[in-house]
Amino acid sequence: MSFSWPRGHRVAMNNRFKPTGEFASVAIAFSVNGKQVSVEAEADTPLLWVLREDLELTGTKFGCGIAACGACSVHVDGQLTRSCSVPVSDIAGKAVTTIEGLKAEDGTLHAVQQAWVDAQVPQCGYCQSGQIMAAVALIERTGTPSDAQIDEAMTNICRCGTYPRIRQAILAATGQAAKASATTQGEA
Amino acid sequence: MADNPNPNIEEIKAAPAPETPVKKKGVKRRIFLAGSALLVGGGVFGLYWSDNSARTRARQLTTGEGEHNFLTWMKIAEDDTVTLFSPHIDFGQGTHTALGQMLADELDADWSKVKVEQAPSDVAFSNTALVQSFLGEMTGYPGVINALPAALIGMLTRSQKIQITGGSSAVRFTGQGGMRVIGAAVRAALVAEAADRLGVSEGELTTADSTVTHAASGRSLRYGELAAGAAERSLSRDPVLKTRSQWKLINKPVTRLDIPAKVDGSAVYGIDFTLPDMRVATIAAAPVRGGKLESVDEAPAMAVPGVEKVVKLDDAVIVVAKGYWQAAKGLAALSPRFTDGGNGAMSTPAIYAAQDKLREAGKPDNQAGEGDVDSAFKAAGDNVITADFRVPFLHHAMMEPFALTAHFKDGKLHLWGGLQDPIGARDRAAKAAGMDIDDVLFNPMIMGGGFGRRFPGVTEILDQAALLAKQVPYPVKLVWSREEEVRHGTYRPQSSARLSATLKDGRIAAWRNDYVQGDNAEGEVGFIYDVPATSRRHFAYTTNQIDGPWRSVNSTQHGFYNESFIDELAHAAGEDPYQFRRKHLPEGSRHQKVLDEVAKHAGWGTPLPEGVGRGIAIVESFGTIVAEVIEAGVKEDGSPKVLKAWAVVDCGTTVNPLNAEAQIAGGIIMSLSATIGEAITLANGAVVESNFTDYNLLRLADAPPVIDVHFIESDAPMGGIGEPGVPPASAALANALFAATGKRIRTLPILTQAKA
Ligand code: FES
Ligand code: FES
Repeated sequence: MSFSWPRGHRVAMNNRFKPTGEFASVAIAFSVNGKQVSVEAEADTPLLWVLREDLELTGTKFGCGIAACGACSVHVDGQLTRSCSVPVSDIAGKAVTTIEGLKAEDGTLHAVQQAWVDAQVPQCGYCQSGQIMAAVALIERTGTPSDAQIDEAMTNICRCGTYPRIRQAILAATGQAAKASATTQGEA
Repeated sequence: MADNPNPNIEEIKAAPAPETPVKKKGVKRRIFLAGSALLVGGGVFGLYWSDNSARTRARQLTTGEGEHNFLTWMKIAEDDTVTLFSPHIDFGQGTHTALGQMLADELDADWSKVKVEQAPSDVAFSNTALVQSFLGEMTGYPGVINALPAALIGMLTRSQKIQITGGSSAVRFTGQGGMRVIGAAVRAALVAEAADRLGVSEGELTTADSTVTHAASGRSLRYGELAAGAAERSLSRDPVLKTRSQWKLINKPVTRLDIPAKVDGSAVYGIDFTLPDMRVATIAAAPVRGGKLESVDEAPAMAVPGVEKVVKLDDAVIVVAKGYWQAAKGLAALSPRFTDGGNGAMSTPAIYAAQDKLREAGKPDNQAGEGDVDSAFKAAGDNVITADFRVPFLHHAMMEPFALTAHFKDGKLHLWGGLQDPIGARDRAAKAAGMDIDDVLFNPMIMGGGFGRRFPGVTEILDQAALLAKQVPYPVKLVWSREEEVRHGTYRPQSSARLSATLKDGRIAAWRNDYVQGDNAEGEVGFIYDVPATSRRHFAYTTNQIDGPWRSVNSTQHGFYNESFIDELAHAAGEDPYQFRRKHLPEGSRHQKVLDEVAKHAGWGTPLPEGVGRGIAIVESFGTIVAEVIEAGVKEDGSPKVLKAWAVVDCGTTVNPLNAEAQIAGGIIMSLSATIGEAITLANGAVVESNFTDYNLLRLADAPPVIDVHFIESDAPMGGIGEPGVPPASAALANALFAATGKRIRTLPILTQAKA
């Protein structure tokens, strides 16, 4: 018996790789971490791959390719965006911030990055760029996020299970350290 | 590729623990890494006192101007920097930091100047050293040698090519038996060198912060100044180790060395690696494992801009392009035809039906136990309590999909990527490419999770990348899509069990576990309770899938079976589940203490709100005893809501409590995720699930906001920490839901039972 792709697989693949009709590369200009860039890419290329392969900003990670995990999270004009699912042509003229752009010019960590170090959040670390980008966006939007707001906003997957420390770091970064210590994991 | 397992693994298989003879069964030999076999793979390494050629080679590989190598595994630079070479890969479990703490503590090194680097994947850094040391002079470390299963020694003597991280073993074996001893021996040499230079006796000298001090004269010498001379000295094979009260770094909450690079995007994982002129490739293997590629028309892929080549393997098709996106588009454009290898009828319901039939036929392939269960059951007549459990295949879902860069150049194959056994990786790639292992070079990189998926024995990407590299003139990075990951995993086996027991005077009189699983599934099925008659019967049933080790291996399913069933027995006996367990544990035992502590922390027995229940479970795995309590209820949509979790852990000693706590909490979350929502199912021989949309991982909102972890410190041999947090949580949750709702969960996952 012969076998081709299982049907579900085929459908999923086709939906993701819809031919656009425009195969030719086009020049697309936007800014990344405050610097102007111009890339030659096919219009349908997801921002993720332009960042990782053309601009060599590999801090933004590939996890699923279908906007389901958040590993590829960046900010586009300040909006939290899953870069695997946005064509680079949509980014023209916009401002992108990646994990590499969070530090201050002098190398000082962003308060959220520092909270991540203080709470010793990362295990394998692979999801953490996306987690930090999501947390920064949440804090910029809400100031001092409540537990319910954290639950709602932090939908990125962490297979290592760092969720309790992610919550603790967000609370600590927003001056809610007292609350954070109440939800801290037990003393050793 | 399933037919061509890594010979290292064959060697492991050839060395089963003597008390559990393995019956070879089935049409096909299977790569199997489970239980004692995994423990056997537990990357132990030893001390290189004797083999000068290896030391010379290690020096050449690692030691530059102004640096001095000691015992292969560490060097001191003249600026006092101490570098340790770790044979274990750190995929997030904090191993490098822990090994560094152990070495630096005994060495009295300045922690701010300690670095941990990945050891080169060279035989000079292989576990051969362990064999030489343990079978040779180094048998004088009782804590270590006693902890080694006989099978480990047997396997190691056969294998020259092993450098594995797994079985929660890095810290307890490598750290205890290796790094601490090396640190102490080198410290002694530095003191001896200083004594000569200062013209005083060794007894007058003290060490701290990488400095030897002669308090009487106020003179001191830095390690960097002493290193050259000390490196020429012969080192003690039997240095005095510090006692617990002298530790400055061990058992202290040291911050992890790898974390800064993991918050600013600078850490380079295997998938991030790049080379000039490198191409990117992606792959689709036969949808039905065991199937072969029959035909494929390459033209549609070649028409996609950026696509450069279509490569056909025996059972897969690869598209090579200038970037990942073009390769993925090219692959999606293809309509390859694959055979199903005769496995087209394999499906999840069919597997369970066949497993039940096999168990009911009553001819076990392996059995173990004590006492006479049959007579006890006969005497009990109708009073035998029975329950059937089922657990599904589980995907590892490491967040970084497989990625391996390969370059075939001038007769050598160069590889870059993250795998749990760098030397084993070279061996497998060499076999696949028909090359000599010496012509394969592997550069280990940071891994985005592993959980058992990255052992060479189960990483067919090594074969794929090696074969691909031989067909292209440029370096190529092969990246698996998430769909490929989900559909071609080496899963935690789909397994089922019938548990039965009988009670007498409020105690368990006899207990039987009849379980059906792949053909080598006897490891890590430990039973901790004091029951006069026990029986464990294994019925071997293989599928077309490759059974893989999944964080804590067989302890996940057996932890669920045993700890759910004893809960049922407690209720049948009309007793409190905590007290019922307690009275079946030896009085005054470590187990009993762990259980008491978790009950105390969780406020066991205190009133709970309506609709909320508490569940308890205790499992020993990888030398560590963990008891957990979970408080849970049910959400409006009927799905479980985990409110809080507690864990009490006795692993002897934690090297780094801060990190150990994260490992236990992470293990609990991984277990809850699997228990609630994860399942790989088969239909027509192929995996149904494809990505995180239908393979459901737990998100932050559904994880308990608080996981309260406590450690009981003891002088018991050091146990593992990466895996033992996982097994108790499944049953603790199911038991909590029973307490909350009166409904017993015996089939996992909770959310998609219909699938099974
Ligand atoms: S890679 Fe974009 S959400 Fe997963
Ligand atoms: S830290 Fe490993 S996936 Fe989040």
